[in-house]
Amino acid sequence: MSDFDEELTKLALAEDGKRETSVFSNPGMHFPWLQERIETVVTGGKKKRDFAQTTSACLSFIQEALLKHQWQQAAEYMHSYLQTLEDSDTYKRQNAPEVIWKLGSEILFYHPKSNVETFNNFADRMKNIGVLNYLKISLQHALYLIHHGKLEDANRNLSDAETWRYGEKSSSQEVLINLVQAYKGLLQYHTWSKKKTELSEIDKDDYAYTSETGNSGNQSCRTSTSICALLKTPGVWDPFVKSYVEMLEFCEDRDGAREILTNYAYDEKFPSNPNAHIYLYEFLKREKAPRAKLISVLKILHEIVPSHPLMLEFHTLLRKSDTEEHQKLGLSVLFEFLDFAGCTKNITAWKYLAKVNVSHLVWVEEEWMSRRSWWPTFHFSFFWAKSDWKADADLACEKAFVVGILLGKGCRYFRYIVKQDHETLKKKIKRMKKCVKKYSIVNPGVCT
Amino acid sequence: MLPLMLGRVRKARTWDLGCLQEILKSFTERCSQCAAVSWGLTDEGKYYCTSCHNVTDRSEEVVSTAVITNTKINSISRGLRKRSKHEKGWDWYVCEGFQCILYHQAEALKTLGVGAELKNEVLHNLWKRYLQKSKQAYCKNPVRTRGRKAKVLGDNLQSSDCASELELLSDTTLESGAEFQSDPQIPKPFPLVKASPKSEAADVCSGSVDGVEYSEWKEKGVLKMTVPRTLALCYLSLLWQRETITLSDLLRFVEEDRIPYVNAFQLFPEEMKVYGRDKGIFAVESWPDYEDIYKNMIEVAIFLDLPRFPDVTEDCYLHPNILCMKYLLELNLPEEMHSLTCQVVKMTGIGEVDFLTFDPIAKKKRTVKYDVQAVAVIVVVLKLLFLLDDKLEWSYSSLAEAYNEEHREDEPQFDFRKWYQVMKKTFDEKRQKWEEARAKYSWKTKRPIYRSHIDKSVMYKRREMVEHLQKQFSALVGSTPVAEKKDPSSFQFNWTEGDTGSPCFHGHSLQGLLRTKGQSLITKNSLYWLSTQKFCKSYCKHVTTYEESNFSLSYQFILSIFSFLLRIKTSILHEEVSLIEKKLFEKKYNESKKRSRPKKVRRH
Repeated sequence: MSDFDEELTKLALAEDGKRETSVFSNPGMHFPWLQERIETVVTGGKKKRDFAQTTSACLSFIQEALLKHQWQQAAEYMHSYLQTLEDSDTYKRQNAPEVIWKLGSEILFYHPKSNVETFNNFADRMKNIGVLNYLKISLQHALYLIHHGKLEDANRNLSDAETWRYGEKSSSQEVLINLVQAYKGLLQYHTWSKKKTELSEIDKDDYAYTSETGNSGNQSCRTSTSICALLKTPGVWDPFVKSYVEMLEFCEDRDGAREILTNYAYDEKFPSNPNAHIYLYEFLKREKAPRAKLISVLKILHEIVPSHPLMLEFHTLLRKSDTEEHQKLGLSVLFEFLDFAGCTKNITAWKYLAKVNVSHLVWVEEEWMSRRSWWPTFHFSFFWAKSDWKADADLACEKAFVVGILLGKGCRYFRYIVKQDHETLKKKIKRMKKCVKKYSIVNPGVCT
Repeated sequence: MLPLMLGRVRKARTWDLGCLQEILKSFTERCSQCAAVSWGLTDEGKYYCTSCHNVTDRSEEVVSTAVITNTKINSISRGLRKRSKHEKGWDWYVCEGFQCILYHQAEALKTLGVGAELKNEVLHNLWKRYLQKSKQAYCKNPVRTRGRKAKVLGDNLQSSDCASELELLSDTTLESGAEFQSDPQIPKPFPLVKASPKSEAADVCSGSVDGVEYSEWKEKGVLKMTVPRTLALCYLSLLWQRETITLSDLLRFVEEDRIPYVNAFQLFPEEMKVYGRDKGIFAVESWPDYEDIYKNMIEVAIFLDLPRFPDVTEDCYLHPNILCMKYLLELNLPEEMHSLTCQVVKMTGIGEVDFLTFDPIAKKKRTVKYDVQAVAVIVVVLKLLFLLDDKLEWSYSSLAEAYNEEHREDEPQFDFRKWYQVMKKTFDEKRQKWEEARAKYSWKTKRPIYRSHIDKSVMYKRREMVEHLQKQFSALVGSTPVAEKKDPSSFQFNWTEGDTGSPCFHGHSLQGLLRTKGQSLITKNSLYWLSTQKFCKSYCKHVTTYEESNFSLSYQFILSIFSFLLRIKTSILHEEVSLIEKKLFEKKYNESKKRSRPKKVRRH
């Protein structure tokens, strides 16, 4: 039976190899219990080998020990679990190195008796079991070394991995190699930026300065090749993009930087990523790009994250714009910003709202329509009046003004703030009362 | 590929290119790293993989095989041509392998305290009989040539002439497996059902001479030897000797590694190489299963055409009265219950010699699961006493508790609730430890069995890797000393020792559960429910099924701990309980056939 089984699994594996699954497939939803179901379904009525049964029990003991941070016990079970590397079931044997690597590296990371040396030993062994895991393990090994401050070792490790090849370059390998190179680039960036801060302390006329800047220029060129390849593959590569752009800007390669950022933000193959737009916006701002361009970038960010702090900047940009459309958008950006619980205490937002042009009151009314049912309790309850006043009187004043406009002078929030006797704010409150009387969008007499 | 390689291979230039290609082609093992078969030669004459540049330690390995003295390259190119040259070892036969396993199993039983006659006489004769019946030896027309057969049982057999070989009960001893010698004669192959093409493919091979033929050997009426059947043979000889080891004990000893079973081939002498098809014959990756061995035992007994076994009488360990006492002690139950179990045994007739004695020739070919049956009797008695309906046992417990409170000086009455608490705790701990120990069991040996020569170096490399990693992790394991292996015992629990902290119920009385009627004592509880109402009579061979949720929690608990004690499935115990009830309430069953079946049966 087992011969036949092995044949079958070999075939299945060959197919898997073609598909190159799992490595970077989407981490979608999965049912943890389904695995066990599937196992029992596959074995059907046939008795499972005790080997399979005990090793899977061993696995759950390890997982339990890890969960409870019992590293010693986990190591004990790990000792037995290693025999899965010799499983006669080809499919399970092929999967064993990855499982062992994941569990083992976790144990070695936390175990009090473990050190960098033991981890290195383990990683070097595991890399060479089969070929499928070499790159992944090398990469994680390097990350471990970085975590422990061994940057040079990490760099050496990544260089080794970079030159490693097995058979034809497959797509999953390519992504991994790109990642390896990108991390190498990130390490180079690190040394470069350290040098940069050192240089900033040296006198610019010094001879050393000129030669060093030349060097760092070289370095950034090398880095660019290592990171560049990764940035062509769809994904979220924030730290890489950021450091890469910084180096490019330092070399005065503005076009290169712009291209990278634009691509990162606008290429449809990339997953939607707010940071991509933020980076682009910040770059354009540094570059003093025209307002229209800035607005178009923030417009997308607004669609993804309407509560982002940059939205206030977006609002001011829109307000400065000449078109009526932009002005109107600016208002709704502000309202949408305040829809989020995390932004309710943002005094700037309230200030901006309070400063809305009197001629735009129609638009205010429009925005208010949809919020009329829930903003009063969300922002303007009596409770909030008391606590806002206690925490930040200025904020309370701004809010009171807005609520006066929106709900009229009869509402409790407004009345509570107005009643407060405050030396410095006296004048302000008086002015506010006047304005509310004049501009409130509600008919007087209606109270909440 | 060649020009690229030549840059590295300076020495190789002394040969002409064709020769080099020949040599490289002849080395067809897989690379241990990437499993490709594509080799080049390094300056040192080592092989390196052209796809992943892994250099093998292949040449070292060849040098260590002291027999071969030729140049490294030559020896490798020769290696694949003939099996015998590949692994230097003895020529050995599959049945010799089994004999070796049996030898070690018998030795292990001897150290467990079983009398020496078991090994020297009973098991030896059973094995001889097996070889004879399966026509492998000791018969007029063996599968192989006669001359070699005498050797199977070792060279010290010289005293016995050809005639005595046929005599079953000769007093020759089973010789050590280590004393096999290779025989120059080549035996006739096994008769195969279909002529298998003599495949020269490298992946059909075996360390034994006849491994490939044996694995394909199919002959009607012949029971091929397997590793589980070696245990069946052991149990048959234990049964013949009426030794104090039950089947569940035997299997537990196997699980505790006291009797060789899993990876028993490790015990073969170094020169008996095990690989290829031998894997399917000798490698086991499961512990023996009670039902499976039991079934095998009956099959083997029938195949061997064994006569009626020695009588199991009342003074035998296997008699239910003695076993019940044993399990009452093991399960921390009052000794007083023994008189009740004896009564049940008597009423059901399961203590009769004819019932207990195994007779493979008899028409009804079955034997008694002595251990399961004894435990089932205890379950029945518990049901008689407590009804186990999740109500009565608890109200009796409250009465016993109150009584014990008032009469602290007296002999305490048995309190089911207290017993339950103690047993639950103890068994949960025991089961946890058992599961942990199982999870830590290491199945793989220092001698990996590879399927084909191509896999060999990969397997050894993998083994080396695992050992290295294990060394690394064992350094991280705390210095907590591994609990010393306890001496083998047929008892798993010892309640009388005060230091366990668990109270012992052996001396508790059943007074509260019995009442006098006339001159005799009868149980207070007069109700009973049957574990099985209707027995399955179809061909599925189940007597009954056990659907846990249909039964009271107390019954479930009792079945679960009792069956854990024997390491059997709860359903088997349930079945046995039902069978005993069937005998005990035979009349009721007959009545209920006529009338609609009442849920509860009145006993008085």
